Amino acid sequence: MAELGALSLPLAFFLPLLTALAAFLLGARQAPWLAGIGALATVAAVADAVRRVAAHGPQAYHLGGWAPPLGVELYADGLAALMLAMTAAVALAVTAYAGAYLHGQGQAAERFWPLWLVQWAALNGTFLSADLFNLYVMLELVTLTAVPLVAMAGDRASLGAAMRYLLLALIASLAYLLGVALLYGGTGTLHLREVGELAGAGGPTAVAAALVTAGLLLKAAIFPLHAWLAPAHSSAPAPASAALSALVAQAGVYLVLRLWLWAFPALLSPVVGWGLGGLGAASVLYGSLQALRQSRLKPVIAYSTVAQLGYPLLLLPLAAVPAAASQAWQGAAYFIVAHGLAKAGAFLAAGNVYYSLGHDRLAGLRGLAPELSASVLALGLAWVSLMGLPPTAGFLAKWQLLSGALAGGQWPWAVVVVLGGLLAAGYGFRVLATAHAAAPPGGPVGRPARRLPWRMAATPLLLALAVYLLGVSAVPALRLLGQGAPEALG
Amino acid sequence: MMAAAYGLLPLAALLIAVATAAIVFALGDARRRQRTFWNLFGAGAKLVLVLVMAYGVLQGDTFEVAWPVLPGITLRLAADRLALLFAVLSAGLWLVTTVYAIAYLEGSGQRARFFGFFSLCVAATFGIALAGNPFTFLCFYELLTLATYPLVVHRGHPAALAAGRTYLIHTLGGGAALLAGTAALYAAVGEHPYTPGGMPAVAEWAAQAPAAATAVLGLLLGGVAVKAALFPLQGWLPAAMVAPAPVSALLHAVAVVKAGAFGVVRIVEDVYGHALAAELHVTPVLSALAAVTVVYGSVRALAQVDLKRRLAFSTVSQVSFITLGVAVGGQLALVGGLAHLIHQGLMKVTLFFCAGNYAETLGEHRIDALDGAGRRMPATSAAFTVAALGMMGAPPLAGFISKWYLGIGALGQGQGWVVGVLVASTLLNAAYFLPILRRLWLLSATRDWPARAGRAETHRGLLYPPLLTAAAVLLAGLLAAAPLSPLGWAVRIVEQGYPGL
Amino acid sequence: MTQAGLYTLAASALAGIGVYGLLARRHLLRRILAVNLLGNAVFLLLVAFARRQPGYVDPVPHAMVLTGIVVAVSATAFALALARRYYAETGLDHLPEDEG
Repeated sequence: MAELGALSLPLAFFLPLLTALAAFLLGARQAPWLAGIGALATVAAVADAVRRVAAHGPQAYHLGGWAPPLGVELYADGLAALMLAMTAAVALAVTAYAGAYLHGQGQAAERFWPLWLVQWAALNGTFLSADLFNLYVMLELVTLTAVPLVAMAGDRASLGAAMRYLLLALIASLAYLLGVALLYGGTGTLHLREVGELAGAGGPTAVAAALVTAGLLLKAAIFPLHAWLAPAHSSAPAPASAALSALVAQAGVYLVLRLWLWAFPALLSPVVGWGLGGLGAASVLYGSLQALRQSRLKPVIAYSTVAQLGYPLLLLPLAAVPAAASQAWQGAAYFIVAHGLAKAGAFLAAGNVYYSLGHDRLAGLRGLAPELSASVLALGLAWVSLMGLPPTAGFLAKWQLLSGALAGGQWPWAVVVVLGGLLAAGYGFRVLATAHAAAPPGGPVGRPARRLPWRMAATPLLLALAVYLLGVSAVPALRLLGQGAPEALG
Repeated sequence: MMAAAYGLLPLAALLIAVATAAIVFALGDARRRQRTFWNLFGAGAKLVLVLVMAYGVLQGDTFEVAWPVLPGITLRLAADRLALLFAVLSAGLWLVTTVYAIAYLEGSGQRARFFGFFSLCVAATFGIALAGNPFTFLCFYELLTLATYPLVVHRGHPAALAAGRTYLIHTLGGGAALLAGTAALYAAVGEHPYTPGGMPAVAEWAAQAPAAATAVLGLLLGGVAVKAALFPLQGWLPAAMVAPAPVSALLHAVAVVKAGAFGVVRIVEDVYGHALAAELHVTPVLSALAAVTVVYGSVRALAQVDLKRRLAFSTVSQVSFITLGVAVGGQLALVGGLAHLIHQGLMKVTLFFCAGNYAETLGEHRIDALDGAGRRMPATSAAFTVAALGMMGAPPLAGFISKWYLGIGALGQGQGWVVGVLVASTLLNAAYFLPILRRLWLLSATRDWPARAGRAETHRGLLYPPLLTAAAVLLAGLLAAAPLSPLGWAVRIVEQGYPGL
Repeated sequence: MTQAGLYTLAASALAGIGVYGLLARRHLLRRILAVNLLGNAVFLLLVAFARRQPGYVDPVPHAMVLTGIVVAVSATAFALALARRYYAETGLDHLPEDEG
């Protein structure tokens, strides 16, 4: 029986789940405040879990008192704690924002709350699972809540995007499950670390690892498996877009890193590392170039997600180089945190533009209404982090990745990091320049701007400011990250 | 307690500028009086703090604030003499430019955005001045790019947006080079504070891997050369003159080009050291580029008919004297270069203020439309004349002093060709400034200008700043021998910081 | 041939049919069925793993298959509902990107 103290681990999973159930039973009228209370309680549980990991090292909890292999183990090390904390911050913002955004949209609101809260629970479950099959269940739960969120608008574009997303995500899950089945067949265990110890680097393990990785890369929309992401993320309602880009897709990248560093480190030869890093680099460049070509705001941000999800993969070729490993690892992990906060802020700010103007065409943003100045400021502030410029968390993350690549003598990755930053500046300032442009003669076109509720104006700004707070110093977060990290990365 | 707070002055001065920006953003466009109050309060308070620090440094006090941002990497603000040279310039001119900008822009739109980013710009400049290591310099250097962009595109018309794009392509490209260079430097030698004469670790590294050290130095200098408008990276500066006059003052005198030139000083003197940079064959290239830029900027200025555009090319030319002074080597040339950092700022800010006054009061942007403007606006034109003569290097004005030190410094280093560049520059400066002075004073007005609104020739907020800075140009030259003149301060920096040069 | 070998062979055949269906058919209903076939192939493989050692049945794969079936049922139900909704909205029985 685990000590009662680590109870915050199961609470981080069950609290949002129970809130979802209550919201479903009580209906749309009660859902917003219920969700608020559930969110605050979850954040408290996460905060306690993070505090425990920071103070006492990795924490474990055996559900029902049953130890593995029969029971389900929840396990939080520094990386998991960091992901839980980032998710909690984004989720709090999404919950606060969605209440105002969905106000008055009866049916949509009714569907949103249970889906969103189950998704949060499943995300926390993903970060806390130390068991490969448990991860499959959590991944499916994330998918089955993400797809209906994409379809919420119910129009042609969103239904098509959702259908495509669902089919691909199901195939991805099956590839993952097939890989897990092969691993179990080879090792007789499903526990992450035991698989790492027992699997070795043989042929069957390699096939299993390839299947698992292919499934996860599809879920993380890494080039060339990225095509579903932009339509899906840009047709969802703004709070859902924020959660999908900042959390759901990133959970895929997180798992790629988790599995390669914990379960398959023996397979991580230079060729494999360069292959996976190459896919990441291709994502960075391809996603950025696509973002430069979009004519609407939300697709720009969605393609920027494709680009940003590629960076953490650059860790894999560097993880085996002793001079580079530690810095690259810190960079990749901090990058996921920075991208999550900044991307959620950017999508919520874009949601404000859409809410206020009724469209998000870049050409229609000239002479932007003064009601939106706080939102454009938030968008700009968040974008500075996506570009990797100081004084943001995104800058510190890129600095670590860059330093790792240079210290390890692998300068091609350094070129990708620098070039990716410049491209992000390119597509970012394309948007910000239109927002700065003077109104066309005769004033802005389209209907007059709709007033924003203050909560919607404030939320993206707060998320963006969080990125700057983390830009002041990465030291506390990186100390947390060091808890339970593999020796090669410490 | 008091002593601890005293040591934190660099942070306090930085936070004042950031807080001013935050307050101004939050106030919105409508609250004019409150914004004016906070703008002037922020600028004034910061100038006071910087002057206190300058006094403290003279007494031998040290000011240093540092905190770890990443394992093994600190953000470090440290006030040495060189830092305060730049900090006093930027803080002083910020106050003057704020007064001018309030008078110039209060009638236009998006004022909260403008003044907010204006304050952020100065915060970034202050950070560049007080940066205590290359990482800190990089952070504030990039921040300056970001904070300046909204000012360059302030007017929002297509020309402004195009200029903004040019500005970003240049400065972000330069920033990327600086980022790569700084990261490579850290990967090779780790973190060290700025060391006058060069970091010992860099010298060891360069002895082992001279090619890598040269490449990194090239990246670092390439990065700062963009803002310093060194040929062939100067394209953004003339393009950016579409911005309002206070922004031009900020770009050309207070912050941006100065940040680049200051970066050259720090990298050559305090990271690599002049001796090592010369050994790696980088300083000859740098001085050649600076000389080319001096002549190129002047030649291009000759052909411009738009007053602000001519002044912009003149900046390209004049700022390179700072780089030239650093690259030539030797104490005297460095003194000339450092003094010019201040002198050029004072002269160019005056010229842009005056150009703004002609545009704002008379509606004239072209040089050939200024015939007889001296009679309509005698005070503005007098200020313009003092600054223009200073630019040419006419004694006893500020510009003469810097050129004199540059010239004898170069001769002392056996680089007589620099004197040729100085003479050419003076002749070319005369060729593009004297015709303007002739039009202002000797020709008679051919146009109908709006009559004076009151007794002064223009709004007092527009008139006093250039008069003040023109007086400073005069005093910096006349009182150059005084210990606290810009020249005197530069001599202190060089004698005590770089005795080995 | 052992029982496990037979199951593995059947699983491979099912997976082959599933992949063919996904690649060759555009109709949404057929694709959903193909995904189901693929899922069943994986489940069958897991069942085969449970019987690898003669005389001993490993319960863990069975538990996994049971959970997997529950997940697959809900995913299929949702996919069918989404496909119906998509058809009602667009009149299409396939995704537009798949044309031509």
